[in-house]
Amino acid sequence: MTTTAIEVEIERPDLPPLPQPPIADLRFLEEVAAATAGVSRLEMCIQCGTCGGSCPPSADMDHTPRQLFAMIRAGMRDEALRSNTPWICVSCYHCVVRCPQGVHIADVMYTLKSMAIRAKLYKDSTAPDFSQTFVDFVENYGRSFEFGLATRHYLKHYPLRLPGMVPKGFGMLARGRMDLTPHRIEGLDQFRAILARAKELEAAS
Amino acid sequence: MTKYLLYPGCSLESNARAYHDSLMAISGPLGLELEEIHDWNCCGATEYVGISLTPAYALISRNLALAAKQANGTRTVVAPCSACYLNLAKADYYMRESPRLGVKVNTALAAGDMHYTPGSLQIRHLLDVIMNDIGLETVKRGVVRPLTGLRVAPYLGCMVPRPDYEHRWSNPEYPTELDRVLKALGAEVIDFPLKTHCCGGHMTQIGPDVAYELIRRLVHAAAEYRADMMVTLCPMCQLNIDAYQGEMNRHFGTNYRMPILFFTQLMGLAFGKDPGELGIGRELVNAHAALARIGVEVPPAEAAPAPRKPRRPKEALPMPHMPEDMEVNQ
Repeated sequence: MTTTAIEVEIERPDLPPLPQPPIADLRFLEEVAAATAGVSRLEMCIQCGTCGGSCPPSADMDHTPRQLFAMIRAGMRDEALRSNTPWICVSCYHCVVRCPQGVHIADVMYTLKSMAIRAKLYKDSTAPDFSQTFVDFVENYGRSFEFGLATRHYLKHYPLRLPGMVPKGFGMLARGRMDLTPHRIEGLDQFRAILARAKELEAAS
Repeated sequence: MTKYLLYPGCSLESNARAYHDSLMAISGPLGLELEEIHDWNCCGATEYVGISLTPAYALISRNLALAAKQANGTRTVVAPCSACYLNLAKADYYMRESPRLGVKVNTALAAGDMHYTPGSLQIRHLLDVIMNDIGLETVKRGVVRPLTGLRVAPYLGCMVPRPDYEHRWSNPEYPTELDRVLKALGAEVIDFPLKTHCCGGHMTQIGPDVAYELIRRLVHAAAEYRADMMVTLCPMCQLNIDAYQGEMNRHFGTNYRMPILFFTQLMGLAFGKDPGELGIGRELVNAHAALARIGVEVPPAEAAPAPRKPRRPKEALPMPHMPEDMEVNQ
């Protein structure tokens, strides 16, 4: 990668500093797009704001999706990966069907989550831990395990809420809606071999 | 009988067992032959893809490879769960859109001696199959106990009508398919403006305050429209609105009691099936009053454990007691 410095004749201390090294950070957009499933069309964003206006939990986000995409384009890697926006996204796909440019917004949010986890930049661990715990059980058994997920997650992140959860947990058990033991698939070895290969491929990309 | 490969998904064997039971009960009357994909695995829900892309898509695609291998007399996979449906459909679509992803996924699948050719299966949601293959005429012919007098709010949530890359729905934000099925059963269907709004998804676990507000909007709107119940096709929506309604009420100091059932349960009732066979009674916000309007009596949940004898006489414990008749979702 060539890193030609941007020539600066007039210093502007009142503005954010230019990204350093400049080209690498300005390629953040390409990096995000390449790491997203399918063809993300992220480069096509015209900053119209339809996404933020369509977003049910946008009030709880640090940045609307539109702002976040502008930050990505501006090479603000750390700020973008520290934003809570991808973690608040509920994958409702309202923005996706309304986006005039067909940007795969929800999938870009998934990409940003995985990048933030890898860069260890997201400050609140509740959401990444939940995903990781879910995935750990799936990798172990081949199926999700709700009882294990709920107890482990609440013990770690909401221990004070656990007593309040007991009646509901009991209600779920009593109605045959929660199993105390996981369901295992038969082809676990083959399943794990596939995931191991997939992880190697992911690490290499 | 029309044959399909069934991908049930993890929810249908745990919290959404009622969805599975009722689907099995209505498949006969509808002429649906459902063959379960042997040894299917979890689709990763909305969690795996937020951690790592290639493993997430390899995980989903193992199911597609299994289904393609098993396919005999059909190339259509039907998924009743929204997240499963979307993950399977998206994996197939994105591997066609970006062959690079397809190559990666198949390289991973090769480690388990598997392969999937993108586009070789059709991935469809159960409602789509009922509407477009089975047809409303067949549904109507099966009705022996019309749901006359039951006022329902059709609720689809997000991931079935959207993003709809294959254009299977009448509208991604305001589809009418569920309304029409429920009308065919004789129910009074309200034109529910929030029918594809979000239930909060996994935010009930990782950011409950965000989820409570989204749940409140839905339940409030259904109550404003004087719905007897909400009717859904998504295990996550059912779980959030049913099991978290009590916590949402505590959070806002409200007192909503809006039952939510699966559309397959209502189809079963209209087809004259026994409520127990349809998993009715497994819901936490009970639907007794709503179902009494159509003359259906709800049995107690089958798995309810017998009350245990207190280990010590109550007077020996200096502890506050839960009132005997208290419901868990108060």
